[in-house]
Amino acid sequence: MFDIAVFDAALRMATPLILAALGGMFSERSGVVNIALEGILLTGAFASVVATWYTGDPWAGAFAGVLAGMLVALLHAVVTVTFKADQIVSGVAINLLAAGATQFLMWVIWDSSSNSPSVAGMAHWTLPESWGGFARVFNTVLGHYPPLVYVTLAIIGIAHVTLWRTRFGLRLRATGEHPEAVDTLGVHVRRMRYSGVLLSGALAGLGGAFLALNTHQFVKNMSAGRGYIALAAMIFGRWNPVGAAAACLLFGYAEAVQMGLQGQHVPTQFVQMIPYVLTMVALVGVMGRARGPAAVGKPY
Amino acid sequence: MKRWTAIANVIAPVVAVLASFLVGGLVVAAIGESPLRVYAILFRGAFGSVDAIGYVLFNAVPLIFAGLAVAFAFRGGLFNIGGEGQLYIGSFVCAWVALTLHGLPAPLLIPLLVLMSAAGGALWAALPGYLKARFGAHEVINTIMMNFIAVGLTGYFVIEVLKETGQMTPQTAEIPAAGQLPRLAGALQSIGIPLPDANPLNASILVAIAAIWLAWFILYRTTLGYEIRAVGFNPKAAEYAGINIRKTTVMTMVISGAFAGLVATNEVMGFRHRFLDNFSSGIGFMGIAVALLGRNSPLGVLFAALLFGMLNTGALEIDVFTDVPRELILVVQAVTIILVVVGNEVLQRKLGARRSA
Repeated sequence: MFDIAVFDAALRMATPLILAALGGMFSERSGVVNIALEGILLTGAFASVVATWYTGDPWAGAFAGVLAGMLVALLHAVVTVTFKADQIVSGVAINLLAAGATQFLMWVIWDSSSNSPSVAGMAHWTLPESWGGFARVFNTVLGHYPPLVYVTLAIIGIAHVTLWRTRFGLRLRATGEHPEAVDTLGVHVRRMRYSGVLLSGALAGLGGAFLALNTHQFVKNMSAGRGYIALAAMIFGRWNPVGAAAACLLFGYAEAVQMGLQGQHVPTQFVQMIPYVLTMVALVGVMGRARGPAAVGKPY
Repeated sequence: MKRWTAIANVIAPVVAVLASFLVGGLVVAAIGESPLRVYAILFRGAFGSVDAIGYVLFNAVPLIFAGLAVAFAFRGGLFNIGGEGQLYIGSFVCAWVALTLHGLPAPLLIPLLVLMSAAGGALWAALPGYLKARFGAHEVINTIMMNFIAVGLTGYFVIEVLKETGQMTPQTAEIPAAGQLPRLAGALQSIGIPLPDANPLNASILVAIAAIWLAWFILYRTTLGYEIRAVGFNPKAAEYAGINIRKTTVMTMVISGAFAGLVATNEVMGFRHRFLDNFSSGIGFMGIAVALLGRNSPLGVLFAALLFGMLNTGALEIDVFTDVPRELILVVQAVTIILVVVGNEVLQRKLGARRSA
C-alpha cells in the first residue's frame, strides 16, 4: 500500500486533478465559482483526442485541449461576468452541454457512442543511453512519468508565484475579495474575472488532455466526477496552489489505493468516499474553517 | 410590474426553448441532415401514438420530483444540487423497507414506502441543511459531495448486504407485490384509452401530481412556506421580522430532499421493483434544468418536465430513423438552460426587478 508503484499511480491520478484544481483556484480567486471544471475536463479530453487523431501529434492534442478548455471557460465567463447570471447555474448547464456535445461529436467524427479509436500517447522524455551517465540520470528523473506530469509539477510552482508574488496575482486576489475596492483603484474587474476564468479553462483543459492521452483514447463521460473532486481539493487546500496540489495528491493516492484493493474483499466504496468526506469536514471547520474569497459567487 | 414579471416568466423559457431548437436545427443541418425531418420524427416519436405519449409521461415523472426538489429549495434561497444523492438514498431506503416488511398488506405498505422514500431523501438533504444553518458551510459543495457519498454507500449496501442471491447484477431482490405501484395500462384501457400493457407508465404519476400540489400548498398556503419564501427573498429582513433562519434553512432542505426521494415511487415501486446500483444516470442533475426552465414554480416544473420527457422519448426515434444521434437532445437541453439563465438576467434587468419571488 505504500510502495513506489502506488505512489506512481497516485501521481498519475493526481495530475489531471491538480491542473483542474489550480484552474478552479484562479477562477474563484477572481470571484467566479467554476462548477464547469467537470465539463472543461471532458471537453479538453475530447479535443485533445480529436487533434491527436487528425495530426498524430499528442502535443498538438494537448494544445487543442487547452484551447477547447478556454473556449468553454469563455462561455462561462460571458454568461456569468458579462451577463451576470448565476455562476452555479451556468456551470451546471455547461457540464450538461459538454456531456451532450462530446457524445454528439464523437458520433459525428467516429460513428461511435462509447469511445474514440486509440491514439498515440505522449512519449516520455528520454535521452539515448549512449550519452552515458548524464542520460541515465535524466531518464530516471525526467523520463519516468509522461511529460505532462512534470509540466504540471512546474505549473504548481508557477501558480504559487503568480498568485502570491506578482501584481496580477495581487489584483486577482483583491478582485475576489473586494471588487468594489479594486474598481475604485482603477483595476478592470471584468478583465480580471475573465482572466481568472480563462486561466481555469486552460489549466483544466490541459488536465483533460492528460486524462485522455494517458489512456490513449476518449471514452464517453471520462471525466467521471474529477472536476468535482478537483473543486473539493481546491477547498480542502484552502484556495492555495500548494495546498490544492497536496490535496489532489492525497485524493489521487486514495484512488490509487482503491484501485489496488479491487478484487480483494475490501469495500472500496469507502476508500472512494474519502475525498468527499474530508471536504465536508474541512468546510465545517473541525480543523480550522476553510473559507473562500469573500466575493466569490457574487456578480459585479 | 408584477404582471410584467409574470409574463416574462412565461415568455423567457418559451423563447429559450424555441431558440435552442433553432441551434439544434443548425447543428443538424451542419452534419447534412434536414432539421425539419429530424424534428418531425422527434415529435412523431413523442406524440405519434398512445404508447408514445405514455412514455413521455413516464419519462417526465422522475423529472417532476427532481425538479420540484430544486425549485422548492430555490424558493428558500438554497441551491440543492444534491437531488441525485437524495434520490439514491430515498430509493434505497424504499427498497430496503419493502424487502424487510414483506408481510404487510398493500394498503399499509404502499403509503409507508412512499413516506420512507421521502424520508430517505429528506434525511440526506437535512445534513447539508444543518451544516449550512449551523456552520455556514455552503450547501452547493456539501450536496455535491453527498451525491458521491450516496452513490458509494448505496453501492456498498446493494453489493455487500442486499444483493439478490445468485445474480451478477448489483441489484436487490424484487420487492413484494404489495409494495408495487400498479401500471396504468389496465385502468386506462377500461375507460377507452388504448395504452398497451407493456407501457411502463404507473401510478407514481399520481404521486407526482400530488407532489406538485403539495409544493404549491406548502409554499403559498402555510406559515412555513411564507417563512421559506421570506428567507429566500431577503434573509436579513426575514430575521429582523423574527423568522428563525436556521430552522427555516433546515426545513427547506428537508422538504426539498423529500421531493427528490420520491423519485423512488417511479423507479423502485412503479418500474424496476428493485434497487439497481447506479440506476439514475443524472435524473437529479436534469432536475436542476427542469427547475430553471420552470422558473422554480411548481406548475412550471410540470411543464418543463413534460417537455424534457418528450425530448427524451422522441430522441430514441431520432436514433433509429435518422443519421443524427440522440445526443442532439442533450445539446438542445443544455442550450435551453443557458439561454433561460441569460435571458432571465437580461429580462430582469430590463424590467428593473431584482427578484421574481
